[in-house]
Amino acid sequence: MGFLSAEEKGLVNGLWGKVNVDEVGGEALGRLLVVYPWTQRFFQSFGDLSSADAIMSNSKVKAHGKKVLNSFSDGLKNIDDLKGAFAKLSELHCDKLHVDPENFRLLGNVLVCVLAHHFGHDFNPQVQAAFQKVVAGVANALAHKYH
Amino acid sequence: MIIEAEKAIILSMWGKISTQADAIGTQALERLFASYPQTKTYFPHFDLRPGSAHLRTHGAKVAAALGDAVKSIDNIAGALSKLSEMHAYVLRVDPVNFKLLSHCLLVTVASHFPADFTADAHTAWDKFLSIVSCVLTEKYR
Repeated sequence: MGFLSAEEKGLVNGLWGKVNVDEVGGEALGRLLVVYPWTQRFFQSFGDLSSADAIMSNSKVKAHGKKVLNSFSDGLKNIDDLKGAFAKLSELHCDKLHVDPENFRLLGNVLVCVLAHHFGHDFNPQVQAAFQKVVAGVANALAHKYH
Repeated sequence: MIIEAEKAIILSMWGKISTQADAIGTQALERLFASYPQTKTYFPHFDLRPGSAHLRTHGAKVAAALGDAVKSIDNIAGALSKLSEMHAYVLRVDPVNFKLLSHCLLVTVASHFPADFTADAHTAWDKFLSIVSCVLTEKYR
């Protein structure tokens, strides 16, 4: 068995096919910045982050969220080699962006909350469990090249 | 620290949540055991299959305790004092697990109350659950 069982891959891909990646990206990044305001430290050039409304409607947040989630989505296509898929991004986050990997775990869990919010009862315990494995795998892959 | 606006959000959402409190508590536990199977080690004596009577009874207990914390939101430590002692001296659940259950409670609330689970509500509940978690582990040592 690879990283996910065949059943788990089915659950993940089944849900992901219905996700509006651009929108969910903006929503997830926005909520990260609202719920865990210390994460704003990486985005000082993003303009107005003074309230939940300001953050959620901020165009730079939306654009960046879109970028992040599209990258996550690409990673899903290589689910059995996440470390390989995210190697370059891992180096970037360590050497250039200086992001504590704990932030990848925080964003992963916020993404899970956003999916639950959007999909309601379809985001059942089994689907959630499969996604928790995915977000943990992506977070570990992004931390893998840190030195 | 929870601010007044956040207390208002929690109180108002609890009004809706309380009508399905048992189901919410139960589903949060199901999610916990599915996503974090290591948490099952605290329940070797339970039937943890979805729908089991054990899960429903325990889910209801968890929901009731949260309800107590909401009703005494200005004195959560007071409201949960006995439960805090029980976790410290009897249950001794490793502190890391409170974050896991808190996350599963958030996910359950998000999936049941889409209209209410705004970014501000998400923040309020995350903060409230972290305070509850702190209270339940504060007597550990």
